[in-house]
Amino acid sequence: MAYPNTFRYTTEHEWVAPQAGKAARIGITDFAQHQLGDIVFVELPAVGTELVAGQAFGTVESVKAVSEVFAPVSGRVTAINTDLVKSPELLNSDPHGAAWMVEAELSDPAQAAKLMDSGAYETFVAEQDAAAH
Amino acid sequence: MSDNPTPAPAPIRRTPLNSAHRRLGGKMVAFGGWDMPVEYSGILPEHRAVRERAGLFDVSHMGELSVQGPQALDLVQHVTSNDASKLHLDQAQYSGLMTAQGTFVDDLLVHKFTDRQYWLVVNAANCDKDFNYICQQNRFDAQVVNLSEDFSQLALQGPAALKILQPLTPVALAPIKYYWFTTGKVMGVDCIISRTGYTGEDGFELYFDPAHSERVWYGLLEAGQPEGILPCGLGARNTLRLEAGMALYGHEIDDTTTPLEAGLGWITKLSKPEFLGKHVIERQAAEGLQRKLVGFEMIEPGIARDGYPVLHQGQPVGHVTSGGPAPSLSKNIGMAYVPVALSESGHRLDIQIRTRTVPAQIIPLPFYKRAR
Repeated sequence: MAYPNTFRYTTEHEWVAPQAGKAARIGITDFAQHQLGDIVFVELPAVGTELVAGQAFGTVESVKAVSEVFAPVSGRVTAINTDLVKSPELLNSDPHGAAWMVEAELSDPAQAAKLMDSGAYETFVAEQDAAAH
Repeated sequence: MSDNPTPAPAPIRRTPLNSAHRRLGGKMVAFGGWDMPVEYSGILPEHRAVRERAGLFDVSHMGELSVQGPQALDLVQHVTSNDASKLHLDQAQYSGLMTAQGTFVDDLLVHKFTDRQYWLVVNAANCDKDFNYICQQNRFDAQVVNLSEDFSQLALQGPAALKILQPLTPVALAPIKYYWFTTGKVMGVDCIISRTGYTGEDGFELYFDPAHSERVWYGLLEAGQPEGILPCGLGARNTLRLEAGMALYGHEIDDTTTPLEAGLGWITKLSKPEFLGKHVIERQAAEGLQRKLVGFEMIEPGIARDGYPVLHQGQPVGHVTSGGPAPSLSKNIGMAYVPVALSESGHRLDIQIRTRTVPAQIIPLPFYKRAR
């Protein structure tokens, strides 16, 4: 699956997609969903929650494991994806689209620009794959 | 720096099918010192395949210990909780390998081959420990031989198992009853064919010379293709056994739990003259239990996981031994040790899931029982 070139990525395998103004969507990457396997449960923060870059804001559970999701950037949650809470398997089928997790008003949109772009992230996950084999 | 140097970690072990698992896209993980596939196509599709059609598991990491000699039965009787004297030739039984304190060294299957030879099929991670323990307890005219390197083991499980296996063997499979076995050729390979498993479904476990591992593995997958067979990993093995309410060593049972606490009174035969720990279990039976293993289902969204605290009126009263989603039941389930006073079905308890407490209700075990 291609990594959209308008997104920015973290080493913890989250993405942030800038929207209009200071708004952005946040989710986890195709690499992350593949590592987790069949996802069966997603826990998201309440609207209004303050996200702090690098701190956990949600939980994704596969059949076998629990994984925390870390905020790639700081901001305030303005919307959560209730469809994803009802259908966690969207994370396996469309991690960069329908399975966005939260929308946030970013405290500092420049923060996202410091994260990896799609090319850098692809190189990063290729190294992770190589290390695993 | 410590005065006691840490011993070098034991090298990771591989079954003869390791490269086959990798070729099939298996996601490999370390399990009990072994490099094993946790899943191939996914835990959910593999789980469903076993419930609805068939799945094939490489369980060659399991250990096989032969107890043989004139007093083989006496040694088996001394170390295990079930009554192996009741076994007929070609019959198997589930049992516990007991400490002198009446707790579990391991759980195992006892197979009776002859009056002078029994097999103990034991957990991979416990195999060396079990072997040494049984040798220590051997004050009989019997030998204990670790045959684990000499056998591969595959588990073909699911309602289509018989239909898939029958054309590959001259042995009539239908007359083999649950927990009985026989010997015969499968695809020309000498096998022990046992109607046993760890999934709650019908199925067979095959034991054979590791040299033929790939032939039997790929042969079964090919023969099962029209039935929709899938290779299955340890992930599905765990969700299947959890739904079936079967214990996993290190989770529901260990050397701090007794068979009575674990709901395994049925493998504990106090009518036997003697076995290790019998007096402790007798006393527990007479005095009553303090705690008991129960099954529960979550009644609000949340997944209980191994080790999570169980709360009653805000106070911790036990812990989850195994927990997770039950794919065939569309709910989240688990097993836990709780005080006997709180162990009745229908009782409400809370599970501490990270920062939340989520209500659960005790329900009867097993969670899943196949229609026969």
